[in-house]
Amino acid sequence: MLFDALLLQLGYNATLVAIGATLLGVAAGVTGTFLFLRKRALVSDAISHATLPGICLAFIIMVSLGGDGRNLVGLLAGSAISAWIGLLCLSWLTRHTRLAEDAAIGAVLSVFFGLGIVLLTVIQTMSSGRQAGLEGFLLGSTAGMLWADAMVIAIGGAAALVLVLVLRRPMTLVAFDPEYAAARGLPVDRIDLAMMGLVMAVTVVGLKIVGLILIVALLIIPPVTARFWSERSDHVVLLAGLIGGFSGYIGAAISASAPNLPTGPIIVLVGFSIFAISLFLAPNRGVLAAVLRHFRFQRRVHLRQGLLALAQNQPIYEKLTLRLLRRAGFARADGVATDQGRARAAKALRDEKRWQVVRADRLHEAAAALYDGLRDIETVLTRDQIVDIDARIGGPAGVPT
Amino acid sequence: MLELASKQGISTGNDGPENSPLTIRGLTVSYGQKPAVFSVDMTVQTGAMTAIIGPNGAGKSTLLKAALGIVKPLSGQVQVFGKPLAAQRHRVAYVPQRASIDWDFPTRVIDVVLMGLYRELGLLRRVQARHRQLAGDCLDRVGMREFGDRQIGQLSGGQQQRVFLARALAQEADLYLLDEPFAGVDAATEKAIIEVLKSLREAGKTVVVVHHDLATIAEYFDNVFLINTRKVAEGTVAEAFSADNLQATYGGRLATSQVDQLARNIS
Repeated sequence: MLFDALLLQLGYNATLVAIGATLLGVAAGVTGTFLFLRKRALVSDAISHATLPGICLAFIIMVSLGGDGRNLVGLLAGSAISAWIGLLCLSWLTRHTRLAEDAAIGAVLSVFFGLGIVLLTVIQTMSSGRQAGLEGFLLGSTAGMLWADAMVIAIGGAAALVLVLVLRRPMTLVAFDPEYAAARGLPVDRIDLAMMGLVMAVTVVGLKIVGLILIVALLIIPPVTARFWSERSDHVVLLAGLIGGFSGYIGAAISASAPNLPTGPIIVLVGFSIFAISLFLAPNRGVLAAVLRHFRFQRRVHLRQGLLALAQNQPIYEKLTLRLLRRAGFARADGVATDQGRARAAKALRDEKRWQVVRADRLHEAAAALYDGLRDIETVLTRDQIVDIDARIGGPAGVPT
Repeated sequence: MLELASKQGISTGNDGPENSPLTIRGLTVSYGQKPAVFSVDMTVQTGAMTAIIGPNGAGKSTLLKAALGIVKPLSGQVQVFGKPLAAQRHRVAYVPQRASIDWDFPTRVIDVVLMGLYRELGLLRRVQARHRQLAGDCLDRVGMREFGDRQIGQLSGGQQQRVFLARALAQEADLYLLDEPFAGVDAATEKAIIEVLKSLREAGKTVVVVHHDLATIAEYFDNVFLINTRKVAEGTVAEAFSADNLQATYGGRLATSQVDQLARNIS
């Protein structure tokens, strides 16, 4: 069943949903990355909740004009207008009052959502409102998705992607260094507003599939996941698009493969799975890598301390240090140094003295900057430089370098 | 001794405001109700290195930011090479404070320097080999060529500062404004930066630096601008960097012995 769904073999509606969810995932992942880089991810939550009053008002207006209240383009236009008003409120509050952005987000989000819920209740009592199905916009409802709905998502998502492509440089510059961007004459406020406008467009387009409560997950999870795998913003953008699209596709397929699996929440859970895997397994930034790095570093520290203690005939009390020395063949079980251990210990002590010279010498500044108490000096200096330093230290020659 | 130095006829060199790289008239900037900079005039001399000095919170960085249009002044005018800033932005390069940046941002050293070429690259032009070449050369000038592919978070504070300078160099500007470039950097970086700044001056460029280390003023700079919300003095180091002016700028924050010591360094 799932296999059929993955190959788009489960019928017209399931195929439309899968394609729409994939496109939405790509657009949301790419657009959300810039919000994430600008450290304003939660703004998307305010934007999405601010769509609700617009949806309801659009419905009421369309019905009172005698039209079909469920016209998707009309509803989305309404949601865009109220989201834009919410966005303007948000940026006005942060710029012209002492309210911090998080507080402003909380205020805008709850007030707009509250108003939307009130309007929803009003619509329920209208004669034509019973079958409106506007609640579907809260969590998404894909059951009755039409060709036209898929087209709206496709066109909206593609337009957002094109605009992101055009604005990627100024948006990256503003996210990285807004003061420098302003000094270069970039209209920082307007670029921010454009970025939020793009997020709003993606939100509006995604209302049908994932709904306004969960769209924030599609905007945030892909970039956060992508960040685990790359140190370059352009790669993070591309990866986030891929992860978003993949989540959308797999999530839609899974939800189509069994009855009563809601599409939006499943997509979010698929995205979360990729996030969880990345969190643990990503090289460098992953949790596992960090733990391993810590243990490896701890072992280096202990081994070095142990060697220095051996060289100066000091007793070693730490069990870990003894074990590491023994395993490396530098000491016997009773803590007495082996021949090899003595040689390495002498070298370690010698390196300490050499480092002292290096760090005191202005000419060796670049090398001295690499000093961490653990590094073998030959990884930093050439053989000739070491010979030169040894000549300055004096003492026993022939210590192996 | 100090008076002697100023009488030796070292000119203040203040050319007229009409062709000065940076002219500020009656500038007042305020955060809230308290002015950070009040009614300040400044005329920067072409081809010289000028230090802006003053105690913490004296408005040094604010003055720079207002000159660049980053913060909006309450009143006053800024002219760059005799024209309004908007028309001359491409001739001005800015090096912000290192602390204002999130260094965990996913970007490499070379990408930061390429940001300096923003004007040339525009919105859509692809980064070409010659752009990378130019960025690499700028990194070379600050001694960081081999660091191009590193993530910026892996750099030391001094190296980060040098990357910022390289980004400014990539702009190929005529006026360079630096905000505390020597704050918290190692000696190697300080030397590298000052070498670059001197080479800029030799090439006829103008350099303005917000500076905090009074001990190096005489060694590094031609001119000083002393500010404590209001302008205290402006001129050559020999002329304006005097015990009286320092006292007026820093008030009780500098011991008299320190002031005498600094003044003696100059003469």
